[in-house]
Amino acid sequence: MARINVLKTYKNFIGGKFPRTESGRYFQIKNGNDELLANMCLSSRKDFRNAVVFARKVQKSWQNKSSLNRGQVLYRVAEMLEGRKSQFIEELMMTGLSKLHAKNEVELSIDRLIYYAGWSDKFQQVFSSVYPVASNHFNFSLLQSVGVVSVISPNEYSLLGMISVIAPIIVGGNTCVILSSEKNPMVGISFAEVLNTSDVPAGVVNILTGKRKELLSHFASHKDVNAIIYCGDNNQEIKEIQHLSSENLKRVKIYKHKNWDHNSSQSPFFIETCQELKTIWHPNKV
Amino acid sequence: MSNIDLNKIWNYTTANESKDHILLKEKYDLFINGKFVKSNSRKYFNSVNPATDEIIAKISEANKEDIDLAVKAANSAFKSWSKLKAKERAKYIFRIARMIQERAKEFAVIESMDGGKPIRESRDIDIPLAANHFFYYAGWADKLEYAFPNTSLEPIGVAGQIIPWNFPLLMAAWKIAPAIACGNTVVLKPAETTSLTALKLAEIIQESGLPKGVVNIVTGGGKTGSEIVNHPNIDKIAFTGSTKVGKLIKRSIAGTHKKLTLELGGKGANIIFADAAIDQAVEGIINAIFFNQGHVCCAGSRLFVQESISEIVIEKLKERMSSLIIGDPLDKNTDIGAINSKEQLATIKKYINIGMEEGGEIYQKKCIISETGNWCPPTLFLNVSQSHTIVQEEIFGPVLAIQTFRTIDEVIEKANNTPYGLSAGVWTEKGSKIFKLTKELNAGVVWANTYNKFDPTSPFGGVKESGIGREGGLHGLKAYLKFK
Repeated sequence: MARINVLKTYKNFIGGKFPRTESGRYFQIKNGNDELLANMCLSSRKDFRNAVVFARKVQKSWQNKSSLNRGQVLYRVAEMLEGRKSQFIEELMMTGLSKLHAKNEVELSIDRLIYYAGWSDKFQQVFSSVYPVASNHFNFSLLQSVGVVSVISPNEYSLLGMISVIAPIIVGGNTCVILSSEKNPMVGISFAEVLNTSDVPAGVVNILTGKRKELLSHFASHKDVNAIIYCGDNNQEIKEIQHLSSENLKRVKIYKHKNWDHNSSQSPFFIETCQELKTIWHPNKV
Repeated sequence: MSNIDLNKIWNYTTANESKDHILLKEKYDLFINGKFVKSNSRKYFNSVNPATDEIIAKISEANKEDIDLAVKAANSAFKSWSKLKAKERAKYIFRIARMIQERAKEFAVIESMDGGKPIRESRDIDIPLAANHFFYYAGWADKLEYAFPNTSLEPIGVAGQIIPWNFPLLMAAWKIAPAIACGNTVVLKPAETTSLTALKLAEIIQESGLPKGVVNIVTGGGKTGSEIVNHPNIDKIAFTGSTKVGKLIKRSIAGTHKKLTLELGGKGANIIFADAAIDQAVEGIINAIFFNQGHVCCAGSRLFVQESISEIVIEKLKERMSSLIIGDPLDKNTDIGAINSKEQLATIKKYINIGMEEGGEIYQKKCIISETGNWCPPTLFLNVSQSHTIVQEEIFGPVLAIQTFRTIDEVIEKANNTPYGLSAGVWTEKGSKIFKLTKELNAGVVWANTYNKFDPTSPFGGVKESGIGREGGLHGLKAYLKFK
């Protein structure tokens, strides 16, 4: 008799653990033949708030690690993903991608992680400056991470899109809470398994599954979140985010483009967008 | 346990790093076009452990024909390597970084055996920094347009690289990593007395799958080096070593198309003000001059102490020197290892004699020195002035010349009064003084309240006769790119 497969339970990824949603609710992901692929957690406001607590707790220590170290951690994530390439290709194919497209997406995802791993100890040099002020001062500025970032991950390119957004966030010393692609949330949670085996400290990346409609307002309004990144082009949603984020003057970044497979979807400006500039003055006359 | 005498001074028990796990061949050949090949000279020279005088391996001597083969290999590899997608080029370099990390302990032990440096330094500084350099420059490969925006860049071609014996693997990394990241190919020659880790690196390069000919490693002495410098198909020379040889190289390539970067000698001024945190400064002065037996081009070999604290500083220096442990480089307690070669030991001794003849007051740490191997106790010279030979010339050994000063302007004048300009150190708790001095000192690197710090992200190099160009950081890429 043929062997019966064991099916995976997809849960959230919060604080380095895989809990179910506290709400106990679910939503279903089906393939093209209307067959059930997975029951996903329909995450609630409470799940999001819990995740923010973890993200905040670890943010300082993540920021204080050396750039070199953060780069090595990202490189490690790429190594782990390379090792699980076939799993991710299969998972992307389950949701309708051709083998060619799935392979391309996974390989680009790995390369993108390496791309940002390389930026870890370089973006500071590109964006910082020393200023020739007229007075007797040594005057310079540098970038510092903005803090905790909430992310509405792209619906297109469920794996590559998510990685393209979170790699530049975390390489710059931020932590984040992400809503996985609503269309294909499974692969986001599987990616959490990669993160969890790659020396990424618990809480640096937290991944939820659920509905944009329910969670968007909380992602935008939470007062202990410093910035929000929204991927999509729904003007209604964008307006809501811009409105709600005003409460604590959250930084808002909207990525309307959908070509995450393109080279223009990677640059140091994706890092810089989640950084604050700090200018420092010091006398140089005795 | 019961017979421990708590009233006596305890000595350190030796804590030797094991040698069992290292793999060394009896003979090393040249690494050309991805393979280890016999030299056309058929000659081998010995690599000697400077702490024991034992021969640890035989190293092949490359002659003119060998250099020609290496340059040919590099030239033909350049065609495809420079065209390879930058992000794929990066992956090979990341691999090399990772493989050095994986074999770090083996490299550290060989580095200490071959060069005489304390295992603590090779283990904690040389080897990890070398890996980090590859890691760092791997990341630049596909990001060059951000380093130099609005320019049109391309790699230069074949780089001939000649490195010294004081940081053998680290200098190889400083040279190879940025060169190949930018798309160049390389012919590298390690120093005659310290070829082993470069040849071990060649093994890693072979295992990493790096296309053949991209990195070629040839061994030999000064003659081999001059064959590289004078080879017509080399497009760039990168040299680290003495100012004398650096000038010679610049002369030799005059009128050719070859580009040049030089990392040469120094006579670093280490300046300590009365308002410095004295204990911290003393620790820093010790590190500045005795790190790696003083075989450091940026060593703080001239100490300037503000007059009001000179007595206490000198007393504390002597006291700190008394607790330095000189001995077996493989012992984890060792602070100061063996002098790299008999020749270098003779040079240091020559300078110590000159120092005494010219009227300097010498102070040396009393220590028992092994009969075999090359050793020099940490040495201070007091009562010397700007005109003394040991104040002017680079000794490249554990010898510190101490002078005093009264005012800031005076010390700036004295510190800058040298043909060199590689490094300087400033010790004061007052920030404005630090920035005034960093502004006024003629040096490529100035350390404030620290010394001898190196990082792949941070450019290093000298002004005046200490060299041309920078290595490390974004600026280090420039040496390996052509701007159209």
